[in-house]
Amino acid sequence: MLIYALINSAILALMALGFNLTFGISGVANFTYGAIYVGAGFMTWTFINIFHLPYPISAILTILIIGISGVYIYRLVLKRIRGLTISEVIATFGIGLVILELLRYIGFIGFNYSLRPFVKGSIEILGTYVDIQRILIIVFGIFLIFLLYLFTHHTKVGLAFRGIAQEEHTSLSLGINPDRIASYSMGMGSALGAFSAIAILPLGTITVDGGYDVLINALSVCIVGGLGSTFGVIIASFIIGFAQTLTAMYLSPHWVMIVSLLAILVILALKPSGLLGHQKELEERV
Amino acid sequence: MKEHARRERIDRGIKARSDDVYALLSYREMLYLIFPRVVPVVGLAILAYFLPLYWKKVVIQACIFAMLSISWDFLSSCGMLSLGQALFFGIGSYIAGSLNHFFNIPVFLTIPIATLVGGLFSTILLLPVIRLRGIYFAMVTLILPLMLMRMIEATKILGGTEGITSLSPLPNIWVEIVLSMGGMWFVLFSLRRFISSDYGLIFVSIRDNDRAAMASGINIYSFKAQALFIGSSVCAFCGAFLTHAYMFTGMPVFALDYSILPIAASAIGGIGTLAGSLVGALILVPLSEYLREFSTLRIVFYGLILVICVVALPEGIFHYASRKYTQIERWVKVE
Repeated sequence: MLIYALINSAILALMALGFNLTFGISGVANFTYGAIYVGAGFMTWTFINIFHLPYPISAILTILIIGISGVYIYRLVLKRIRGLTISEVIATFGIGLVILELLRYIGFIGFNYSLRPFVKGSIEILGTYVDIQRILIIVFGIFLIFLLYLFTHHTKVGLAFRGIAQEEHTSLSLGINPDRIASYSMGMGSALGAFSAIAILPLGTITVDGGYDVLINALSVCIVGGLGSTFGVIIASFIIGFAQTLTAMYLSPHWVMIVSLLAILVILALKPSGLLGHQKELEERV
Repeated sequence: MKEHARRERIDRGIKARSDDVYALLSYREMLYLIFPRVVPVVGLAILAYFLPLYWKKVVIQACIFAMLSISWDFLSSCGMLSLGQALFFGIGSYIAGSLNHFFNIPVFLTIPIATLVGGLFSTILLLPVIRLRGIYFAMVTLILPLMLMRMIEATKILGGTEGITSLSPLPNIWVEIVLSMGGMWFVLFSLRRFISSDYGLIFVSIRDNDRAAMASGINIYSFKAQALFIGSSVCAFCGAFLTHAYMFTGMPVFALDYSILPIAASAIGGIGTLAGSLVGALILVPLSEYLREFSTLRIVFYGLILVICVVALPEGIFHYASRKYTQIERWVKVE
């Protein structure tokens, strides 16, 4: 059971990373995230089953296309309303709504929409059988976090990312264009979302309603861990992942959502910036 | 050199004169003030009278959503960004529903009781987090209704997943229309008057700079609690009213619709004026009803309209219209 909790945590962490990246850097709460996640799943499915492309190529194509469209969502829409929090939320939520419902209208409903696992089969660890796909998710998660760390600390664009996250006006004076960097961060966040979709979706079928669940999960992990803190996301996904699996075991599945919502509520009331968020005591309460 | 021009905006003379009530000189000036207030009130009443029954129901619903939006806008003018009008709405609805169902209290008592008790209950519920600011307060209000919904689902109290049905209805459609429309105009005009009074100024000052308000010796927590009570009472009234109009209360009253639509309406209509939210709600609700013909595509159009409105007209319809009404615009050459 502990292994399943571990895997659950890894899944949550993967889901939340993309959302967290965009929020942490450009300050835009990307409510399109759920739609991007589901859209990536359907896009890969289309590439494989309609255009008959091989699996790795269609996965890479999907990640690229989603990433670029993330950049363009920022350039065309969000750039004009940057800083107006309410408008940002409504616009991103609206775009997400449009994408999800359009997918539903086109008719992507049913059980035959599922992705093939990368490697079939399962192995035994400590007495429980685990699919290799689930193991791969953990590996991917660790790999991705490591890569993200290298990217943000050792490349020029990555450093610019951290620059505008810390102090936008100062970075402007150092020749960093915040709008361009923010659009990159939106693109990368979306690409991460697509990546996690391709890694996680083979575990089940792709459904439109899954998009809303992904959004709630990503949001709760990010809040508990501290918005914009990658390390916080990892810790929070472990806490919530274990809590969810344990409540599903010892209570009933009804209580799973209540536990994670309660976690968010307690965290918000006690320490609003999250477990490892940047301490901005003055911004969060008076 | 390329010639540059900028748009200059000047208040109309009639606006400058009629800003001060003592300086009203002519019927024209009085008309200038009265026209934008009376025409919507009378127009909507006449419209509701002649519409077929189905659209009468839509008007009622629009009025209810307008009240929710006004309350949202009022809370946001007091510095409390709420993402959970459904919380207040649902609490009012459940109080009215259970009073009527379990204690057989008649309609004309349950609605006022639910309004007051619902407001009080919501205020007490949110009192521990009243210190939170901005997005953090918003998240708490977003989470609470979702959680109450799951609680009711898991513990099966108050009707559980099925809800409470066959409540006593309101006498007839005319009572519903008068009550919802009258309530809406009352809430709008009284809150507008309230917020521009000296007392209301304190609420706005909390939004603008809460620390400066504290430094001036104002107990902002008490004022925030008062604002919360007013805002949530309005929503609780809406909940109690719709509960009796539909003769049903259940988990759907905590649904996201009741939180999202008021915000969307305010964003489209213009934030910070209260009247803007009303305009937005009166546009959005009939629109979503009209789009029902397109079945699933409905939500797609709806989302598109929201995005386009927010991006193209970020200030909102009401700000735009009132600027056209009160100001002259002209292009001036920049030296």
